Amino acid sequence: MSRIAELFATKKAAGQSVLIGYITAGDPAPERTPGMVAAMERGGVDLIELGVPFSDPIADGPVIMKASERALAAGTTLRKVLEIARAIRAHSGIPILLFSYLNPLMRYGFEKLAAEAKAAGVDGCLLTDVSVEEAGEFVTPMRAAGLDTVFLAAPTSPEERLRLVAEHSSGFVYLVSRTGVTGEQAQLSASVGPLVEQLRGLTKLPLAVGFGISKPEQAGETAKLADGVVVGSAFVRLVEAHGQGADLEAKLEEFSRELKAGMVS
Amino acid sequence: MKMTTFEPDAQGHFGPYGGRYVPETLMAPLEDVERAWRESREDPEFQAELRDLLHNFAGRPTALYEAKRLSESLGGARIFLKREDLLHTGAHKINNCLGQVLLARRMGKKRIIAETGAGQHGVATATVCALFGMECVVYMGAEDMKRQRLNVFRMRLLGAKVVGVTYGSRTLKDAISEAMRDWVTNIATTHYLLGSALGAHPYPVMVRDFHRCIGIEARAQMLERIGRLPDTVFACVGGGSNAIGAFHAFIPDEGVELVGVEAGGRGIMPGEHAARFDGGSPGVLQGARSYLLQNEDGQVMLTHSVSAGLDYAMVGPEHAWLHDQGRASYAHCEDGAALEAALRLCRTEGIIPALESSHGLAEAMRRAPGEKGKVYLVNLSGRGDKDIDIYRANFPELDRDDAEGGAA
Repeated sequence: MSRIAELFATKKAAGQSVLIGYITAGDPAPERTPGMVAAMERGGVDLIELGVPFSDPIADGPVIMKASERALAAGTTLRKVLEIARAIRAHSGIPILLFSYLNPLMRYGFEKLAAEAKAAGVDGCLLTDVSVEEAGEFVTPMRAAGLDTVFLAAPTSPEERLRLVAEHSSGFVYLVSRTGVTGEQAQLSASVGPLVEQLRGLTKLPLAVGFGISKPEQAGETAKLADGVVVGSAFVRLVEAHGQGADLEAKLEEFSRELKAGMVS
Repeated sequence: MKMTTFEPDAQGHFGPYGGRYVPETLMAPLEDVERAWRESREDPEFQAELRDLLHNFAGRPTALYEAKRLSESLGGARIFLKREDLLHTGAHKINNCLGQVLLARRMGKKRIIAETGAGQHGVATATVCALFGMECVVYMGAEDMKRQRLNVFRMRLLGAKVVGVTYGSRTLKDAISEAMRDWVTNIATTHYLLGSALGAHPYPVMVRDFHRCIGIEARAQMLERIGRLPDTVFACVGGGSNAIGAFHAFIPDEGVELVGVEAGGRGIMPGEHAARFDGGSPGVLQGARSYLLQNEDGQVMLTHSVSAGLDYAMVGPEHAWLHDQGRASYAHCEDGAALEAALRLCRTEGIIPALESSHGLAEAMRRAPGEKGKVYLVNLSGRGDKDIDIYRANFPELDRDDAEGGAA
């Protein structure tokens, strides 16, 4: 069983939902990321999504877009992201999921990436801009190396597409809570509940919900529906605000703790 | 060589290129667009309405004009111009906009979004939206807004909202990203009227189909005028919509050479050009796989061209396939040569061309001397009114009160 699958199984047995935290690797600087992840883990984040920065992030809103720009300006490459993963893994057993656009990975080479990511302690990979139809050349080497492939299910996906998304996914399926790009929003979309229900009928994989979740109450609401709750832009906003300060790690830890509290209350 | 060799498969792949590389949220909307487009092709009423608009609103068929003074001045090939610059709104872009706005209406969409580089596609989109009473939002890089002021104002006159994009390279690439973000957020109400033969399937093949009329007309006009096909067809290639429209009808004609001309900018050095076939490699950007200007880490590189419409890091996937198959070849032309070609056309033929089209023209002019007996067809995709400020900046001697004219 993969580290990701094991995490979901353990939490499920304990009647809890998994808290998934996203940050863009290398923002504000590559050497900062492992310490930030450690802080998030201390605060209660169970699984880390490590964003690979890309020059043209079409699926992201302004917060993560700017994080990508900062990370690239700080010299972050895919090779550096793998070094960051290795540094995290040296001190922690937290599952690591790479969250990326296709082109940097394709350029690196899928076979090479799969082998090196596995060796670095990465557990899986999610690509935001690859449909299941185009994913074959990516899924095969990843799975062969023992890495999970997570795909996005969207509110616009008809049932036959949801089925395909589930078939191509391992570890968990990531449900996009609403149409749109990444970013915070005031209220959780009403379409989440029905989408979770529909997917439950199609797959036994755990379901995590993301896009737009930024507050402990929203995390709590989502945790009642899904096996995992993804918070991204809200973490990245903290990096944007406190990236140059000495208290960034403390802020990330504190926010993780608040989210976790929202999920268990 | 069979024509079917060059047609995409059912998922929009031209060989290894094309496809659908988008977030899952956009997959169903893309399938909806494809369905509507395929149905419309079989619908005689739709086709009749489109034909009527192309004829009576846009001004098709466009003229085929033999540029005799230009040809004579070069001393070689006979150069014919396909006058897409004479279309309403001043460029070929209107062909595709009329087709897609009819599709949008068919799909019940009332809001249209578009990206624009030089502003020609934005103006054409704003025009068809005014014609059909639809809401129109055009995304445009802040850098492009600066160098294409006239078109920004034309769009606003026509009732469109022009949204400046102030991040990244602030050019066409960033405008497309922002349009995609808008579409993924507002898919229930909105059609994305993509303006080039780029992006996720079905856009490259659909946009090409709406522009095929260029080559079909030109081919028939050549036969009627001189009883033979041209030896070479030239067209500038940004995303590649005017070029694929001009080329497509000639693909089965093995004897006709097809030459796409990319922006050589200030020379083939990183960040200084947009010649994807000269400095690029296969990659994925904004929905499709094709030749892409990227660095060794797979990050998209900045581009430069004096013409905003060619200033883009990826070429349309069908061109990538024609290139790899050897059916078309791709040259590049630097800023200076394009400007010179434009001035020469002004002085010999009384036609002020768009800077984009001047790239195709420049390559034809470079090859023409000594090519007696050869016939060239250049797709003059747009007129140059929008580029007046750039011409003014590059020909300062003409901007003085005591400026003297002069024949070329």
